[in-house]
Amino acid sequence: MVTNVTSFGRSGLYDWMFQRVTAVVMLAYTLFIVGYLLLNPDMDYTQWKALFDNLAMRIFSLLLVFSFAAHAWIGLWCVTTDYIPMAGLRILVQAGTGLITFIYVAWAIQIIWGV
Amino acid sequence: MLVSVYRYNPDVDDAPFMQDIHIDIPGGKDIMVLDLLQLLKNKDPSLGYRRSCREGVCGSDGMNMNGKNGLACITPLSAVVKNDKLVLRPLPGLPVIRDLVIDMSQFYAQYEKIKPYLINDTPAPAIERLQSPEERAELDGLYECILCACCSTACPSFWWNPDKFIGPSGLLQAYRFLADTRDTAQDERLADLDDPFSVFRCHGIMNCVNVCPKGLNPTKAIGKIRNMLLQKAT
Repeated sequence: MVTNVTSFGRSGLYDWMFQRVTAVVMLAYTLFIVGYLLLNPDMDYTQWKALFDNLAMRIFSLLLVFSFAAHAWIGLWCVTTDYIPMAGLRILVQAGTGLITFIYVAWAIQIIWGV
Repeated sequence: MLVSVYRYNPDVDDAPFMQDIHIDIPGGKDIMVLDLLQLLKNKDPSLGYRRSCREGVCGSDGMNMNGKNGLACITPLSAVVKNDKLVLRPLPGLPVIRDLVIDMSQFYAQYEKIKPYLINDTPAPAIERLQSPEERAELDGLYECILCACCSTACPSFWWNPDKFIGPSGLLQAYRFLADTRDTAQDERLADLDDPFSVFRCHGIMNCVNVCPKGLNPTKAIGKIRNMLLQKAT
């Protein structure tokens, strides 16, 4: 068995499963938003704001943000382990990816709860 | 026709180069690429390549012909030659020993990892361990692999991580033993594969299926291993 300390969940199956589940969440969110926009063609700012004032919508959006972050991490981890053979540089890029992902998550939370 | 062959002899050459050789095919017949290589070797005896059975069974003459991996002995010129030109290169991704001969150590190391033999600690019966015809049929499409390495050397995941990713050929064989009812080490075999590289580096692009000279489907076998891992873990 190949061991790796930087992967998302240590187990290949866990990472694979997590990536599929998060993809389903992102698909559901996309379908919902696109559907909502299509069903409300005359939507104005107040209606859009009201949608995101709703706690359920905020929780759904937060779930999307976490799913997106996990999905991106697993995917980019694969890319970095494929294309950056130098361990030092690879860990640096992975750390950078992790930091940027974390910043985006924190920022997204602020946006969702700041509407 | 024009044949462009990858040449590299590390004792003499500083770097690999492509050698262009014009050759007339006798009688305008549709010969196999391996026959063409013999004609080339008659012209230039320094050309190196592996061959043995010349009928697609031994798996020695895997090479890259006009960009696609395959066995030279069962590939007719009509199937690969374009515009009267054929480019012959060694299988990609593994170190070249000389000309079209590659060092397959990494490929065999991955094969060895999956323990390619039956494991069964129960006392052996008097004659043999029996299987029903249905159980035996589970091994069809798996046991036929001749380890020519055409699939694994067509796989980008194997190019980037040949030391960690088992590769399509090894995984096809891994499933061949996982699917064998006479084997009792299924749990151990699966536990050895459940890391982020061994199986899960496969992203299902199916290059392996595209090139397999025996018409096998490693991607399908990998999917079945994944399902077994999933069933065991949920």
